[in-house]
Amino acid sequence: MSDSTRLPAPAGSLIDRSATRTFTFEGRQYTGYAGDTIASALLANGVNVLSRSFKYHRPRGPLVFNGQDTNCFLQVGSTPNVRADRAPLTEGLNATPQNVFGSLRFDFGSAVGLLAPFLPVGFYYKAFYKPRGAWRFWEPVIRRMAGLGKLDHDARPAYRDKAYRFADTVVIGAGPAGLAAALEASSHGASVMLVEAGPRLGGSLNYARFMVERDRVVTARDELVAAVEADPNIEVLTDAACTGWFDDNWLAVMLEERLLKVRAKSVVIASGSIEQPMVFRNNDLPGVMLGSAAQRLMREYAIQPGRRAVVATANSDGYGVALDLLDHGVEVAAVVDLRAVPPDCELSRAVAERGVRIITGHTPYEALPAGGKRGIRGVVIDALGHGSGLVAGQPQTIDCDLLCTSIGYTPAGQLVCHSGGALAYDEKLAMLTIEQLPGDTAAAAGSVNTVFNLYAVFEDGRHAGWSAARAAGLAVGAEPGREHESDAGTQNHPWPIFPHPKGKDFIDFDEDLQVKDILHAIEDGYDDLDLVKRYSTVVMGPSQGRYSALNTLRVATRATGRELHGARVTTQRPPFEPETINNLAGRAFQPVKYTPMHQRHVDAGAELISAGAWLRPAYYGDRDQVAAAIEREARAIREGVGLIDVSTLGKIEIRGPDAAEFLNRVYTFAYVKQPIGKTRYLLMTEASGAITDDGVACRLAEDHFYVTATTGGVDAVYRNMMRLNAEWCLQIDITNVTGAWAAVNLAGPESRKVLEKLTDDIDCSSEGFPYLFYREGHVAGVPARLARVGFVGELGYEIHVPAGYGEHLWDAILAAGADHGIRPVGVEAQRLLRLEKGHLIVGQDTDGLTTPHEAGMAWAVAGKKPFFVGKRAVEVLARGPLTRQLAGFELPAGSPVPQECNIVVRGEEITGRVTSAAASPTLNKVIGLAYVAPDQSEPGTTIQIKLSDGRLLPAKIVTAPFYDPDSERQAL
Amino acid sequence: MPFALLKYGLSGKYPSQRHFPVRPALKSSYDVVIIGGGGHGLAAAYYLAKDWGITNVAVLEKGYLAGGNTARNTTIVRSNYLTPEGVRFYDESRQLFSDLSHELDYNILYSERGHLTLAHNDAAMRTSRWRAEVNKHMGVDSELVYPDEIAKICPQLNLSRDVHHPIEGALYHPPGAIARHDGVAWGYAKGATERGVELHTHTEVTGLKVNNDEVTQVETDRGTIKAGVVLQAVAGMSSEVARMAGLKLPIKTIPLQACVSEPVKPYLDSIVVSGSLHTYVSQSSRGEMVMGSAADPYGLYSTRSTLEFKEDLMMNMLELLPCLASLRVLRQWAGMADMTPDFSPVMGETPLKNYYIDAGWGTWGFKATPVSGKRMAETIATRQVPDLIKPFALSRFERFAQVGERGAASVGH
Repeated sequence: MSDSTRLPAPAGSLIDRSATRTFTFEGRQYTGYAGDTIASALLANGVNVLSRSFKYHRPRGPLVFNGQDTNCFLQVGSTPNVRADRAPLTEGLNATPQNVFGSLRFDFGSAVGLLAPFLPVGFYYKAFYKPRGAWRFWEPVIRRMAGLGKLDHDARPAYRDKAYRFADTVVIGAGPAGLAAALEASSHGASVMLVEAGPRLGGSLNYARFMVERDRVVTARDELVAAVEADPNIEVLTDAACTGWFDDNWLAVMLEERLLKVRAKSVVIASGSIEQPMVFRNNDLPGVMLGSAAQRLMREYAIQPGRRAVVATANSDGYGVALDLLDHGVEVAAVVDLRAVPPDCELSRAVAERGVRIITGHTPYEALPAGGKRGIRGVVIDALGHGSGLVAGQPQTIDCDLLCTSIGYTPAGQLVCHSGGALAYDEKLAMLTIEQLPGDTAAAAGSVNTVFNLYAVFEDGRHAGWSAARAAGLAVGAEPGREHESDAGTQNHPWPIFPHPKGKDFIDFDEDLQVKDILHAIEDGYDDLDLVKRYSTVVMGPSQGRYSALNTLRVATRATGRELHGARVTTQRPPFEPETINNLAGRAFQPVKYTPMHQRHVDAGAELISAGAWLRPAYYGDRDQVAAAIEREARAIREGVGLIDVSTLGKIEIRGPDAAEFLNRVYTFAYVKQPIGKTRYLLMTEASGAITDDGVACRLAEDHFYVTATTGGVDAVYRNMMRLNAEWCLQIDITNVTGAWAAVNLAGPESRKVLEKLTDDIDCSSEGFPYLFYREGHVAGVPARLARVGFVGELGYEIHVPAGYGEHLWDAILAAGADHGIRPVGVEAQRLLRLEKGHLIVGQDTDGLTTPHEAGMAWAVAGKKPFFVGKRAVEVLARGPLTRQLAGFELPAGSPVPQECNIVVRGEEITGRVTSAAASPTLNKVIGLAYVAPDQSEPGTTIQIKLSDGRLLPAKIVTAPFYDPDSERQAL
Repeated sequence: MPFALLKYGLSGKYPSQRHFPVRPALKSSYDVVIIGGGGHGLAAAYYLAKDWGITNVAVLEKGYLAGGNTARNTTIVRSNYLTPEGVRFYDESRQLFSDLSHELDYNILYSERGHLTLAHNDAAMRTSRWRAEVNKHMGVDSELVYPDEIAKICPQLNLSRDVHHPIEGALYHPPGAIARHDGVAWGYAKGATERGVELHTHTEVTGLKVNNDEVTQVETDRGTIKAGVVLQAVAGMSSEVARMAGLKLPIKTIPLQACVSEPVKPYLDSIVVSGSLHTYVSQSSRGEMVMGSAADPYGLYSTRSTLEFKEDLMMNMLELLPCLASLRVLRQWAGMADMTPDFSPVMGETPLKNYYIDAGWGTWGFKATPVSGKRMAETIATRQVPDLIKPFALSRFERFAQVGERGAASVGH
């Protein structure tokens, strides 16, 4: 790269000419400087076409140069849709154009441009579906044409974390208003966070002209920035985009690699305004750009945007652009002012003094394309006619390779709409204004607040800073005064839209929409602004209407005969700037819970499975001998003794004088008369009568219950209990102690002998500690809660100890049981054993509608209680007729084992489904539970189970439990 | 070049033809007044006119045409429900959808993509198998598939075991589809108005006058109307409108949020849903990833968006589709989901003789648009509730006779 393409310093305030960066674009190598964006470096290398347009594949170059529109979208490595006019140039970067079939220069996609007349607005609704099946052919074609960048299947997320931040006042935007607001708020003692989307402070002070003596602007900027940077109360964030303003001043601030979630007491929005494009024929060609884009290119990147320019304007800023062009060596062929009689101003006088031709009452009407539409060779201007958007028909051509437009602004106020504010059109100012701010802790300042005069902007910033400090609860002095006018009325031309009979007068550059597309949408009947948007897709592209919403509002409102004054643009939704998914996702926070004995299971070679958030041993042993392992463990419990880690059981303490009354209302059984030292089954239903959880209640004292819940259900049970008691206000305290206790189930005919070895203060005899009783004492020397309950149908004890003793208890029991052949037992064997015993698992053998009666649990419903949650529904449904019943079934040994949720059919009818099934080694047959029609539930009935492969399997209904039907073994 | 587009290119002047007429003056009386100009209300109007010749119909819409939940949903069509009642109902809808572009002479961009409901644990595998078995028995194309098959159906998915919630299997429903949601409503509006139905947008119902168990007058901000029959089809506001008729509905209204990314070239063909991860995604024909999550955990009448929604959604999304990391979210929004206790809709008669209801659509209203319209039209025309929608009667809740679709409808789509 030869430096001659760059303007001499002081132009190029962002680039460091001492540090070069080499990069590749479309396979060719280029060099730029540190501080360049990808796009500025390409422009410096003479590459002025950066993309092809969405629909017609027209060449596009920098139009706004502000990191927002698709004109500068590139693919960089595996990242699609990179804003090349904002993304910093890095060494070795490899960029490619997007949405190009071929190359940027020869894009076969541009053939679509030839078909443009055949592709009216909403064309896809009007064609491609005849004859039947045609859409199947056309859809992939259209999909391939749509879309921009490409995803890289092998790309992986990077590590991203997030931060919560707090501030008295957040100031969004560090232009002149934001800087003044931050300083003012800080002066009243506010902690201020100043959030700037660009790479440095100053906003428009960095590139705009404002006045003939620009040195004064530079001085003002430098002083403000120095004051802000020296202020310990102000935290400055650059390259930080505030993307969302949610309820109660909850702000999303997106850094390059991190999402900040910020809570502020007050917010000043000083996000500036967005310069608006003009609409005329070929207004999308490279070489046509906003005045502010040209200023940025020259001042920040030392790039001369053209050699001979025409500036079209309707305000004083256009004259500032003309001066800037002249100062940077660009010939200015003419300033074309849309106003018939522009008001006298310092800037226009200066331009006139430099000998520039000023043509008033005229507008650009057509840009003339240079070779291959990759630039312009001139502009056709015309006198304004009678009526908005009309020309007089006196065209004249001015040769130029650059056309800058400065015809007005729209406030960058989308953020205020995220949490209840609104923007509306003010016909007097010919611009959108903030009609309403989101609440009284919000203030707006500067051009977003339609204040444009620089002195007025400083005053407005100070005022907003003052009111934000006050809203943050700080003592502030007298309200700052204002002396200067806003100049809001002199910024915008009311109708910078000049449709051309031959079209290509783009109103939305992202979506390739012309004025006629908006009008045709309305002619097709889509005559609400929202319908225009949805039908034409105007404002739906990546710049989200920043450069199209205002002109669309004007055109559509007029075409539908509505009042422009007070009209609102379509709803602005978050995010204000697109947010990288990686940053939103952050680190996945999905904790896994280990039981206190987890390491013992790992050491013993357990295969672990998820149970809610927990990991539990499925079985102990080799993966390739699962059945043998399960059978071995089941046999240990049936014939000797086994030990199951049941620490994942939910555990809730209910204490207080109303504890029994509370359980009585929450669960279906009766608990008021439950004796101290005994356990009782718990069954929970919801208002619809459906079973939601089960467990065991141990009564420790008159006013104290220790309650278990299912592993997966306890969180919901606890939440539900808290909610219910918030309504009932019973005198109780509810505590979820699930993680505080380790628990084991010691089960099997030998279990008593093992327990006896480990305790000297609990009478373990069958009289001293009968079935369903509860005891407290010491086991292996540590305090323990014991309940003679169990799931597996053998003599057994549930032993709970404080979680810290879990490993100790586990080790002690295994040691004490060694002589008895004790084995650790996993979930799989436990499930098999409970199935043999006919116990159901809530969530597996029940579903969202299962009632106690359907599940054969009517015995657990206390009919005489005045109330429990679900009582009315349970009673209504119990009166029947029932629609299904849970029943046991069996198949001969060697039969296929049906899978859970294979259905039970009777011809066409589906009468139920299998909920559990297993081959039982103890019983030497296949057993299971299934929902069946009530008339199929009689033992001896044959049902048809439909296997997944479609085969029908006849099975016999039997009475559960399958094992030890008289329950003698567990009561030993 | 399809022939249909030639007329646009070859004509000097745009051959515009309004798809729906300019809003007419409100008459004092209609045979049928439909409250709600969204997909369901417009479909009902269309089928009233087309199937039953009832054209003295006014559709009242307080906002712009189909600007409520019809404009906010994520456009998924499927029939792999859990209950036989649900499967029958949604499968008729799916069949109507598949021919709707012809029916309406309006391309609704109906695109069969295949629908995968991922299962990450035992419970989800059980529910998936249950749905697959019920679906297959009823002739709906649906199958439980395992990771090796998923890899072929949707190679974009991350099937690694080294994630928080590895994919154990999925319910695969090949006819699962997406369509252009707005186009469906516009097509129905076009078809209805062509047959004489009046469309009254920006017309808000402010009150309903009830006399002797009959709605006698519909009060609007543009005047009062006498109506022979009234149908309410106002998803997101069902309880509030029913309250005007003196009816209390067992419905809780909850915001449901969604978002889209910037457009990228075609990458994902399948529609992917994960119940355990509260996540679903499909790629629109414009190239945007359309993504959503479970409904918000609280009731609210507001379509504001939240940050938390995106954070949770994206955390889970990257587990399924890690290569989306560098993509950007372009826009988020919310709709209002009218949730019933059993996650099935409320359709048919009410205690008022001439007041019919189409409500409780939760997060699955779009996919029922054609069938609900067709069957509500039949109900109104014949004054008989068709068997297909009888299970969804409002009166079922008095009997606690629920149609349990929680297992098939819990994650939006």
